[in-house]
Amino acid sequence: MTLSTPTQVRSVKRSFWKRVGQTFVNAPWNWIVMLGYLSVMLLLPLAAMFFKALELPLSEVWQIATSPIALSTYDVTFTTAFLSALIGGVFGTLVAWVLVRYDFPLKRVVDASIDLPFALPTAVAGLTLATLYSEKGWIGSLFAPFGIKIAFTRLGVAIAMTFISLPFVVRTVQPVLSEMEKDIEEAAWSLGASRFQTFWRVILPPLLPSILTGIALGFSRAVGEYGSTVIISSNTPFRDLIAPILVFQRLEQYDYSGATVIGVVMLLISLLLLLLINFLQAWGQRYNAR
Amino acid sequence: MIPLHHSPENPSQPSSAPTRSKPQQRDWISFLLIGLALLFLSLLIYLPALNVFVQAFSKGAGYFFASLQKPAALHAMRMTLSLAAVAVPLNVIFGLCTAMALARKRFLGRTFLLSLIDLPFSISPVVVGLMIVLLYGRQGWFGDVLAANNIKIVFAFPAMALATAFVSMPFVAREVIPVLEEIGTDQEEAAETLGANSWQVFFRVTLPSIRWGLLYGILLTNARSMGEFGAVSVVSGNIIGKTQSLPLYVEQEYKEYNTEAAFAASVLLALLAVATLIIKEILERKTRVKDQE
Repeated sequence: MTLSTPTQVRSVKRSFWKRVGQTFVNAPWNWIVMLGYLSVMLLLPLAAMFFKALELPLSEVWQIATSPIALSTYDVTFTTAFLSALIGGVFGTLVAWVLVRYDFPLKRVVDASIDLPFALPTAVAGLTLATLYSEKGWIGSLFAPFGIKIAFTRLGVAIAMTFISLPFVVRTVQPVLSEMEKDIEEAAWSLGASRFQTFWRVILPPLLPSILTGIALGFSRAVGEYGSTVIISSNTPFRDLIAPILVFQRLEQYDYSGATVIGVVMLLISLLLLLLINFLQAWGQRYNAR
Repeated sequence: MIPLHHSPENPSQPSSAPTRSKPQQRDWISFLLIGLALLFLSLLIYLPALNVFVQAFSKGAGYFFASLQKPAALHAMRMTLSLAAVAVPLNVIFGLCTAMALARKRFLGRTFLLSLIDLPFSISPVVVGLMIVLLYGRQGWFGDVLAANNIKIVFAFPAMALATAFVSMPFVAREVIPVLEEIGTDQEEAAETLGANSWQVFFRVTLPSIRWGLLYGILLTNARSMGEFGAVSVVSGNIIGKTQSLPLYVEQEYKEYNTEAAFAASVLLALLAVATLIIKEILERKTRVKDQE
């Protein structure tokens, strides 16, 4: 019964592809629009990049991907993005807490303004942050006497990345926090838990999945960020040059292989991050369902 | 169906508990936390936003308006409007088709398609630009065919429009899918049994019920389309007065030390962002009121 002759296999195969073809032709037109658009706009460019990378000999790919300048940009990009996402995580949670639990004047305006980093074009963000945190800017001039340069250093890149990743944490934590019952906290209080214990043992654990999701989303955005970082960074190799800007510079020099390899590395990392985010979201849903 | 938590007017709950916890909320810790949050937001959002306007008018209103009327600035504005005029309709059509295809059916591979649609958000804008160059550029897949037919895509408007459409692709589908899932198919089926054809069902029944979600998606698509920098920058070649959108113009002026002109153009983009946030707030309130009904 399990044995089948090659001709049988072939005919089964042929009828399978025929079926696929027929389903596509007979598919509702909205399916055709969706799949057509996705193929032309998304899959074709992705394929172009991967095949370009596959054309190169493996040794060359490895050499470009692990060249000292590439390694230094990974280091700068990921450490800075990670620190920024962490800062965004701590302060984003604080902002979400303040917005959900307290009342203060102009609260609605503050709430709406959290999305400004999403809505403000990144070039404008980079421009204004670079002037503000430069040695002559309002904030930068406060630090200049202590010999701390912010704009055009790694610190400036970190500020741009924090700006970009802030809304992610606030917007993922806010809904979970506002649905949290105050009963449990009050129970902890009345059983004699201190403020710190209540926060650490009762409030934080259910929030943790959404905080981590927000941090991962912010990190993934910060890693790919180009517009604001290119303006606030001095783009000096081995100091504050980040990976997206290296891709751009390689393209400007018509070094397509160099740009492609680093681009593929970045794309693979964002796919890994996407998997991590999906995992975190699933964990959060399970946590809330319990 | 029965809510498990206590309702606030439950008489068995001691009424003293909430009144006691109220003054506790207003102690020094709450002031400290509010202050810290506002300080953080000021350093990161409010001062930078204020700075845009102060810098733009630092040489007076006359200079501000004059720098906005420079030919390069006017061209950049037209370019940005044209990019949005191409990218937004394309993504609305794609978003609506996708939402209709994916919202109501459960099938193998649905989750995969949903994450595929979200993918453009996770790809760095520079990589988006790179992919378009590798596809349509002189050395790209279609390079020879395009060159033979004298069609210029990269370093011209078409590639900029492609890049813009790519980065703003998921918004409409993302906003419409949950709305479609929620309203269900009852009304559409009723319309169908009463003899409406599929276009009538779509325009008279489906579209009115998803209109706020759709508008929300269009709003976000438009904001991203007009503001996109990285992807457009890679594929545009940044030719002044030719392939320069408003965000590219801002960077160009800043690099040439025309800081005031850069900020003047930034004011337009910042106003766009503020308008987006205000309309977003209105749309959110509209959907919230509907939920309460």
